[in-house]
Amino acid sequence: MTTELGLKVPQSMVDAILQQARDEYPNEACGVIIGRHGIPERLKPMFNAAASPTFYEFDPKDLLSLYREVDENDEEIIVIYHSHTETEAYPSRTDISYAGEPGAHYVLVSTREEIAPATEFRSFRIIDGIVTEEPVEFLA
Amino acid sequence: MSATVEVRIPTILRPYTKDAKLVSATGADLAAVIADLDAQYPGLAERLLENGALRRFINIYINDEDVRFIGSLTAQLKSGDSITILPAVAGG
Repeated sequence: MTTELGLKVPQSMVDAILQQARDEYPNEACGVIIGRHGIPERLKPMFNAAASPTFYEFDPKDLLSLYREVDENDEEIIVIYHSHTETEAYPSRTDISYAGEPGAHYVLVSTREEIAPATEFRSFRIIDGIVTEEPVEFLA
Repeated sequence: MSATVEVRIPTILRPYTKDAKLVSATGADLAAVIADLDAQYPGLAERLLENGALRRFINIYINDEDVRFIGSLTAQLKSGDSITILPAVAGG
């Protein structure tokens, strides 16, 4: 597990995530980015079983499949992302208390109206209840 | 009858198992296995249980089945079963 700060992510994945957030509005959108050795390789949107504007949850069945898949392919979950529909792209108290994957980069996106047409894409490490924002490098 | 099962431990709980990701436990049902895990790795039960029931945001599977559908803590085990523990991926 790395505690290095910083996320490098392809712009195409960022665009896809923001589009997914818009498409799933008014509910929160969510998913993961999977890769190897800390390098993002594939984007996997996940179904929000909570189907709520203020909550997201991966369906437990999907979650098991995801971990099995990642394990079989010798991959790792690099990013866990979700959207905030009306608030800023910063981890909420709920986000912090449920952050159960200490090695992951937690990405928040927001398409809230106050900032439209701009969007936010921010990344954080959440370890032992402590949130640390990290710089994001968007790769061409 | 008491079963010997393998248990996959998620990253966040590995500090309890000295970093082991796969451990062994015995018990006839999930409650007994959790008690056995706690005996081997003190403190682990508290991460899985609250007020005597499974915590809402911890998912436990026996082979491929979510234990919520097969009796939760009373889910029966047989030797060779594989238990996987995965914290929910959730937030708000």
